Amino acid sequence: MEASTHKLIHTFGALADLGQEVANTGDFTEMVRTSLHLLLGTLALRRGAVAECNDLKNLGCVAIWGLDHTFLKEFSVTEQEQSELLGIESPALLVKESNASFLQRYHEPLIAGGIELVVPMIVRRELTGFVLLGGKASGEEFSADDFETIRAMVRHIGVGIHTHRLIEQVAQRAEENRRLYEELRAIYRDTVRAFAAAIDIKDKYTQGHSERVGRYSEIIAREMGWSEDEVEGIQIAGYLHDVGKLVVDRNIINAPYHIDAKSSSELNRHPVAGYEILSPINHPYADIPLMAKYHHERLDGRGYPDGLTDEQIPLGAKIVSLADSFDAMTTDRPYRRRRSFEDVIRDLRENSGTQFEPKVVVAFARAILNEISGNAKERRIVKMLGKGYLDGERVPLLLTDLIAELDGNLQSTAAGS
Amino acid sequence: MDISTGATVKSHCVGTTAIVYASDYLNKLTGEKIERECRRQLDSGCRALVIDFADTQLVNSIGISILLGIIDIAEKSGAQVVFSDVNNQTIQLFDMLGLTRHVALAKNEQEALSTLSGFNPMPTLH
Repeated sequence: MEASTHKLIHTFGALADLGQEVANTGDFTEMVRTSLHLLLGTLALRRGAVAECNDLKNLGCVAIWGLDHTFLKEFSVTEQEQSELLGIESPALLVKESNASFLQRYHEPLIAGGIELVVPMIVRRELTGFVLLGGKASGEEFSADDFETIRAMVRHIGVGIHTHRLIEQVAQRAEENRRLYEELRAIYRDTVRAFAAAIDIKDKYTQGHSERVGRYSEIIAREMGWSEDEVEGIQIAGYLHDVGKLVVDRNIINAPYHIDAKSSSELNRHPVAGYEILSPINHPYADIPLMAKYHHERLDGRGYPDGLTDEQIPLGAKIVSLADSFDAMTTDRPYRRRRSFEDVIRDLRENSGTQFEPKVVVAFARAILNEISGNAKERRIVKMLGKGYLDGERVPLLLTDLIAELDGNLQSTAAGS
Repeated sequence: MDISTGATVKSHCVGTTAIVYASDYLNKLTGEKIERECRRQLDSGCRALVIDFADTQLVNSIGISILLGIIDIAEKSGAQVVFSDVNNQTIQLFDMLGLTRHVALAKNEQEALSTLSGFNPMPTLH
């Protein structure tokens, strides 16, 4: 084989390897190091380095091979030097001969380090960095073919570095967007909580109700194994479930005794009004308007506004419904004191399967049991119910019995179907 | 003769000469292992290196760059380098790129050891 053919094959092989290497988006430093090796090995150059522009004025060596440890690791380049380099047509500058100001400034350390060529990496009319090259192991001068090979390979390396920078910028922007999105979500949550407080202020007897319903709903959903996003969504739905009350006459909401049929019908409009208020909003969570609309539906079809039955009611609405009723039973109202926990458990047992979804009741009972038996990280339900409310000796037994009974029913229903 | 396979590169010593065996394809992965092994041998007091290419079919650009690095390290340690059992195609490549100006070639390990017994300091590269 002729030497020139042999050289061509060797160079083509290196170019193919270099193409693969610069496309590698993994370890950037390793990519540059390997690319430098490929370039040095193609022409058998004893030493070299790749310096990348860190900013508009400073360059740092990303890869060095065969150079003494005292060799410069950092360079600076002025604006004037940059425009001069961008205007030079030659692909590589001979350190001994070039009049370029940058090379004049670094002439001494480059010569001392054995660097013979400086090749600017210019991508899209921007200086990406430099490749610094020592002499050939053969001792020969660089030929025109050598310069062409160097030009082609340095362009590859330059594009690789430029692409890496772009990927880094995209990743940085994606991270900024993620942070912004998180901030927006936090703002949304805070706004919703403030809104919930505003809803509750209208009803002087149920202050904090919406916030508690949001928290109970979140606890139940988490106990049922919902994802973090879904849990956040149901918490928001809980906060906003009574938003429709904003359009109900304050006197009806604050009536100290049972209200008449007309007022009751007015009050019962609030789920649909809530749906109408919430529907035009682009919530970051699914089905929030539906959960507000259906939180007074019952499994037996005797609820409102649409008289939906079991499967027709979204699970989220079933959770909010239980959280809402539980809070109503465990807080004082104008016309009655709150009910004892034993009484509440009795209500849940009696109405499971007709008003409440048994699976949801079981999840809530488990969450309460976990808190009072010390198996939960926090005692949030206990805190919301206030000191002493769950201290009764029979409380764990009541919960265990309720869970066993409803679980048993659920299992026999499943076996039957 | 004690043959070590440290870092998966086979090598052994004859006196103060280390014989390091290159694999079938001298590329980045295998090249770096050979370089490490050569450094290790020089650090442990070897005064000459024989790199045996008997199994080597192909040397790529990275392999060339790494071999130049080994020559450099040996030179700085005052050690001589001999390439042995290099196939014709690789000899052409080494010739064309000028590596043969800095290392002696030997037909086989024995010849390499004989060459080194009449040790002459290598010319300094710049």
